Amino acid sequence: MATNGAKGALAPIRICDFSGQLAGAGATRFFAAFGAQVIRIEDRLSQGGWDIFRGNGPYIDERRGTNLGGMFNNHNVEKLGITLNAKSERGKEIMREIISISDVVTENFSAGVMERWGFPYEEMRRIKPDIIYVSNCGFGHRGPYTHFKTWGPVVQAVSGLTFQSALPDMPPAGWGYSHMDHTGGYFMAIAILMALYHRNKTGEGQYVDLSCTDAALTLNGPALLDYTVNGRPMRRPGSPYSNRNVFPPMAPHGIYRSKGEDRWVAISARNDDDWRAIAEVIGKPELANDARFATSHNRMLEENQDALDAILEAWTSERTDLEAMDALQAKSVPAAVVQHPEDRMDKDANSLEWETFPEVKHLEMGLVRVEGMPMKLSKTPAKIEKGAPVLGEDNDFFYDEILMLDKAEQRELHDKGVI
Amino acid sequence: MASILDDVRILEVGGELGGWCGKLLADMGASVIKVEPPEGEETRGYPPFYKDKPDRNGSLYFWHYNTNKQSVTLDIESETGRELFLRLAAQADVIIDSSEPKYLDSLGLGYERVSAVAPDIIFAAVSPFGQDAPYSDYASTDMTALAFGGPVWSCGYDDHSIPPVRGGGNQAYHTVCHFAAIGVLTALVHRQFTGEGQFVDVNMHAAQNVTTEGAVYHWLVAGDTVQRQTGRHSSPTPTANVQIVCGDGRYVNIGFPARTEEQWLHLLAWLDEHGLVGDLSKYISPPSREALIRRDPDAVRQMDEVMSAVRELCLANSARDIFVRAQDLGFQWGIVYSPEETLEDRHFKERGMQVQVPHPELGAEFVYVGAPYDFEATPWEIRRRPPLLGEDNEAVYGEIGIGADQLRAMRNAGVV
Repeated sequence: MATNGAKGALAPIRICDFSGQLAGAGATRFFAAFGAQVIRIEDRLSQGGWDIFRGNGPYIDERRGTNLGGMFNNHNVEKLGITLNAKSERGKEIMREIISISDVVTENFSAGVMERWGFPYEEMRRIKPDIIYVSNCGFGHRGPYTHFKTWGPVVQAVSGLTFQSALPDMPPAGWGYSHMDHTGGYFMAIAILMALYHRNKTGEGQYVDLSCTDAALTLNGPALLDYTVNGRPMRRPGSPYSNRNVFPPMAPHGIYRSKGEDRWVAISARNDDDWRAIAEVIGKPELANDARFATSHNRMLEENQDALDAILEAWTSERTDLEAMDALQAKSVPAAVVQHPEDRMDKDANSLEWETFPEVKHLEMGLVRVEGMPMKLSKTPAKIEKGAPVLGEDNDFFYDEILMLDKAEQRELHDKGVI
Repeated sequence: MASILDDVRILEVGGELGGWCGKLLADMGASVIKVEPPEGEETRGYPPFYKDKPDRNGSLYFWHYNTNKQSVTLDIESETGRELFLRLAAQADVIIDSSEPKYLDSLGLGYERVSAVAPDIIFAAVSPFGQDAPYSDYASTDMTALAFGGPVWSCGYDDHSIPPVRGGGNQAYHTVCHFAAIGVLTALVHRQFTGEGQFVDVNMHAAQNVTTEGAVYHWLVAGDTVQRQTGRHSSPTPTANVQIVCGDGRYVNIGFPARTEEQWLHLLAWLDEHGLVGDLSKYISPPSREALIRRDPDAVRQMDEVMSAVRELCLANSARDIFVRAQDLGFQWGIVYSPEETLEDRHFKERGMQVQVPHPELGAEFVYVGAPYDFEATPWEIRRRPPLLGEDNEAVYGEIGIGADQLRAMRNAGVV
């Protein structure tokens, strides 16, 4: 049996990676961290421009350029980077060679791009019969909206997730970032891993069509069944109120102002015990048995919840978010600071000890911190040490040692703009 | 057709944190056995309920997260229960444990003990802060996880006297389960290569921390702090409101109204149909993103003018008409649907996102949400509705040699 432990759980895997931005690059990132050889193929002519993040900010300093995009670095740690003009004839031949030695082909282009290049799935399968091909596209490669264009906010809006984030009688607050670019990438990683498991077991590859908006639809939670089974829509007066919680009922449940500039603390009472503990901590033990609040049923009534919110906020606004959290957590009540970015990345003891934000070394940017791995595999830990490749960083290694093209041919291909 | 994970047997134990991970694997063919206390897992008591009647087999919350799973009851705190758990574990490939950190250890059912009877087991522990890390003993809910881990900071309204907002739908739990699924599957593929199992420690707090996009990159790379804004990306510098109300009261998200000269001309033509072009015809191209970030006065003025016309365009149409027309013209715009409104959309219908699932004991079938991905050779499938409490006791215990008499005795003793 192979012994890939020291090299990473997925060391025997090679991915021919055309993915970009976060929804695609965020998926193959896992494979690189767990030791797979992820070969990021970039277009030489557009300087890797099919990934719009390549040269986009944020930047570490005043320098600008295609190798200096801060998000690109985060999404492409531990990957190899090569350049190839996939539109040229010789470029297509090289692409066939790469596919022929790969386990997986990944991309998140608009629907139809791979076909236009002459590489539909059927062609990939002719080149490599057990190839796994996974695409992540906003509305998928099948259905009435294949020509629609998306990014995170559109996926979140159309799937119902934006609507579910709101206070009553207010417009949707939505998600203040592309939650579905991250999460589309997670679904894509899950799909690739499942297809690999199947291929390892049966020798059979396959095509997986991931529609990011469909993936988002599955995240609406029990609310969809409440409609299809009980006929209760979420669009109704007073709903949604997403700082409160009805599945399961919890009250008080909210985000309350504390001392300081834009400082808040989230507090949840899961049950009567939590509520009694809260009443004690805020110095009003008599409220525990107040008829309005003594039972979960009564606390959930709208006017009583409004009263509870006022009582809690009167207490939280007299202290810092940390003081409020500590006092409540001392009694095992779920309470948490709404951490500012610098709190959770630079000061949070769990983030620091877990190494949630490790430092990588990038050829031009130097040392930069990036997102780490929320799960630790005891025998095959993830490795996140090397930054994203600069454009063509691994051309020599890849074309010498993997494709074994001779140097003269490499020079010629380079001069012709193929690699 | 074969299911991908039809040779994978999983025990799921614990509470609300791990259910989504088990469902993702069960829906792709894994045999997932929920080991529930005799009174049922806590989420069986969560509303909404079928016909709003509280019943441990009628929680729609439980239904949503437990398709394709089997249910056995077992008091794992009893001596017989512990012994049976180890016998079940010996036959399992994976354990998904979302009980409190160290709880199974305290019963002698932790990874160390289980791996002694099942050396190649993959044991995934899903918890709020990791098994043995700072805050591991803190109490946590979906909302406090999203607050502490970062997402809440970036979500809310332009007016910062209004609290920031927790996005709905159990997203903290979903996110940690995505990492749990990736961890379990990575370990399963590694086991195919090497025969080796392992322990997977999954941290919900870290999972949120790495799922907030710009807040992290702006801080770690440039030392900037993003600020929340209504219905759009949080940002270190304010950006224009792009969530526009339409004639039917629903919203569309228009991202950026037009990026290219071609799109600009399309937009002007569309506005012209409604007599809304006005002075905009003097511009031959859209304002550039860079000029807007610089707050270039001409670009800002043009943006204000075009947004004012777009707002009128939206008010003159339904959100659905704006969405479809904009997309047909090549604009990256989206309608803000409520969850139930998605069911009427052609896209979700044609992609089979509504799946009929029979509940024979109720003499009815119900629409469940469909597959997140479309596997060509090995389909996602709901083979069975969520299990009734203890529904699979006989079958599952029968497989490890527990006969009907013994099962009855265990039931009388309150073990199952």
